Amino acid sequence: MNWHLFVTELVTGITHGCVYALIALGYSMVYGILKLLNFAHGDVYMVGSYIGYGWITVFGGSFAMHANVVLLLVLMFTSAMLGGGLLGVVIERFAYRRLRNAPRIAPLITALGVAFFLENAAQLIVGAQQQQYNPYGWLTTPIAVKGWFLPSHVLVSYAHAIIIVGTIVLMVALTWFVQRTQTGKAMRATSYDREAAAMMGIDVDRVIVVTFFIGSALAGAAGVFNGIEYSQVFPLMGFQAGLFAFTAAVVGGIGNLPGSVAGGLLIGLAESFATGYVSSTFQQAVVFVILIAVMLARPSGLFGRAAVQKV
Amino acid sequence: MSEDTPQRPDERQVPKVGVDSWVATHAQRVEGTRLQAELARIPRPAFYAGFAVFAALLPAFTSSGYIVRVGFDTLLYMLLALGLNIVVGYAGLLDLGYVAFYGFGAYAYAMLASPKFGLHWDTLAVIPVVVIASAILGFLVALPSRRLLGDYLAIVTLFFGQLFVVVMQNGESVSFLGLTKHYDLTGGPNGIVDIDNWNLGGLHVGSVQGYYYCALITFMLALTAMYLVDTSRTGRAWKSLREDPLAAELMGMPVNRLKLIAFACGAAIAGLTGTLFAALNTTVFAINFDVSTSLIIVYAVLLLGGAGSIGGVILGAIVVNVSLEVLRDPNHSTWLFYILIVGVLVAKIRPWRVLAGILVATVAIGYALRGICAAAWPRGMQGEPVVGGALGSWVNGWVIHPATPQTIANVCFVLLVVAVLGLTLLHGWQRLVALPPTLYLAAFVWNNRLAVEPSVTRLILVGVILIVLMNARPQGLLGTARVEIA
Repeated sequence: MNWHLFVTELVTGITHGCVYALIALGYSMVYGILKLLNFAHGDVYMVGSYIGYGWITVFGGSFAMHANVVLLLVLMFTSAMLGGGLLGVVIERFAYRRLRNAPRIAPLITALGVAFFLENAAQLIVGAQQQQYNPYGWLTTPIAVKGWFLPSHVLVSYAHAIIIVGTIVLMVALTWFVQRTQTGKAMRATSYDREAAAMMGIDVDRVIVVTFFIGSALAGAAGVFNGIEYSQVFPLMGFQAGLFAFTAAVVGGIGNLPGSVAGGLLIGLAESFATGYVSSTFQQAVVFVILIAVMLARPSGLFGRAAVQKV
Repeated sequence: MSEDTPQRPDERQVPKVGVDSWVATHAQRVEGTRLQAELARIPRPAFYAGFAVFAALLPAFTSSGYIVRVGFDTLLYMLLALGLNIVVGYAGLLDLGYVAFYGFGAYAYAMLASPKFGLHWDTLAVIPVVVIASAILGFLVALPSRRLLGDYLAIVTLFFGQLFVVVMQNGESVSFLGLTKHYDLTGGPNGIVDIDNWNLGGLHVGSVQGYYYCALITFMLALTAMYLVDTSRTGRAWKSLREDPLAAELMGMPVNRLKLIAFACGAAIAGLTGTLFAALNTTVFAINFDVSTSLIIVYAVLLLGGAGSIGGVILGAIVVNVSLEVLRDPNHSTWLFYILIVGVLVAKIRPWRVLAGILVATVAIGYALRGICAAAWPRGMQGEPVVGGALGSWVNGWVIHPATPQTIANVCFVLLVVAVLGLTLLHGWQRLVALPPTLYLAAFVWNNRLAVEPSVTRLILVGVILIVLMNARPQGLLGTARVEIA
């Protein structure tokens, strides 16, 4: 057994899994409340990534950075989360709100339209080519290459550490928010039964806005995480990430937040082991097989409860 | 007995049994003009026959191969939308892997009729094979997700569509579980080239005109079939499935089987369309069938015309494909863009004096800004206008063209999106006041940025069409409005 390969793929898998988990949370939260598949969510992640990239450009571009690393990261994360969150709120307000009581297919098509619009608008504004996200020059080596070595010479870079720690922090914060605050309670009530919640005096519109803001802010953060690890951004990056993250949400049981995180890690690990042991071209096939297998065995996801349809 | 039954004072025309009273009264309330009523009396087949005659005469009117080619592409979109109409319009299942079946048909034709494997089958033999194989593939894809909610089906099919492209793109060395030697099945990124023309039992189709007529005949046959299915037992069952799967199941309909049949039928039509595509282009590449672009355009065709409506498929394909072709050329697309804007304004703003005022104000802003620019920011006047033509030159007269417009026009594009979204929140005089600056911004962004990049602009507009359509008129141009009863 090749330990080096195994541990390397394990580290990459966990890191990717964290990114997928953050995106999956947004899918899951929105689905839980609106029963809407928000196809545009992956593109919010892309926009978040580009907002972070904006700061790299402001501080001199990838190859001639002159900024404090900590300051830069703080700026990148706060602005990407705020920007992503606002974008999510705007999408909800202008594209989805009128369609809440429309036939199910209408908001889905709208979501596809929004995704398509965001992808192509990004191509218009920043160009279709990949951009270097690599913050060279902060520390003479980029944080994706510098780090600690585990036994058997596996690198855990600063980027990996930032992603894993950052994801844990965000998840603790989210759990606290959903479980302990008044608004979190309102969110849980709304996802349980929107009409009953409205009758109990919960401002459902506000809850939905908050949900979109938080979910999209997490996606924005995931965009920056992905950027500092992969060192590149491009306008179509949201499509596949969104697809995988949605699969993660389905595998974990959509609407179930811990399930989404577990699903994200599972998909991340599956993807990275498939790349390491089979071939990078078949990662999609492996994820697809997992999706089909879970849907056949447990249609409500690994952690989801079977939904009882009431008439 | 009946004569002495007292007339109830509140008795009105009660809808027939089986029609929900709310739906019926809704239909009465939205009853259209006299013209619409007269049009509704003409039987549908007359419209289809009229379309067929007109379409058949098109190559006679023009000698341009380009126009016939655009007509062929439009017919392909009609066929694709007709197949998608079964799945989405009738059965109400969201199939996001639909173009994969189209690609499957094209690849299957390419493999059976090209030097790739040395097979040169007669087209009359290939078509049944491809159609049946596509139907089986559709059946298999729908199989694991048949019991799931519509949304899960969407994601499984989306994945399938993605996977199809990946497999075709990497199929240049396939071995069965690593046991056999590596075979080149799909040509990988190089695709399959040199595909045979259609060969109908000795009759070779060689020209664009020939393919145009083949596509037209195929489409009319498929359309006839769909017209018959529309009111058939299965067609009605599909529609009830769309309206309420649970109620349909309680009425004893085999819901799972209906879903599978819908999927297989849609896939079969897509596969058939694929053979036409492969034969005319003589090449197939995996990238032709990528999920984002082709799929979204087929959906735009179907939804613009109206899901569930056969006539809508024809209208939608013509509007969408012809617009996309027109958008390739900056001068033509400029006409389209401004006509669209003025058209929306004419439809939405009454009386016409206000409309005229808004247009004059927009142009006035333009001249004022040009004056300011000439005095204070000379760089703002040094750009070369991109759009030409009669309308283009007139607009160039009052729009600023900065020297290097890219960055500033990008910023203005974002501002324009924000401004248009903001307009939807304003009402009354506030909206009227905000309109001229927004219109000017639109003209500025169009002339400096959007017209420069037609390939991206086309796709942006497709996205916008989908969003606006679903919010403003979800039933499309020719569809019937559905009333959601909660």
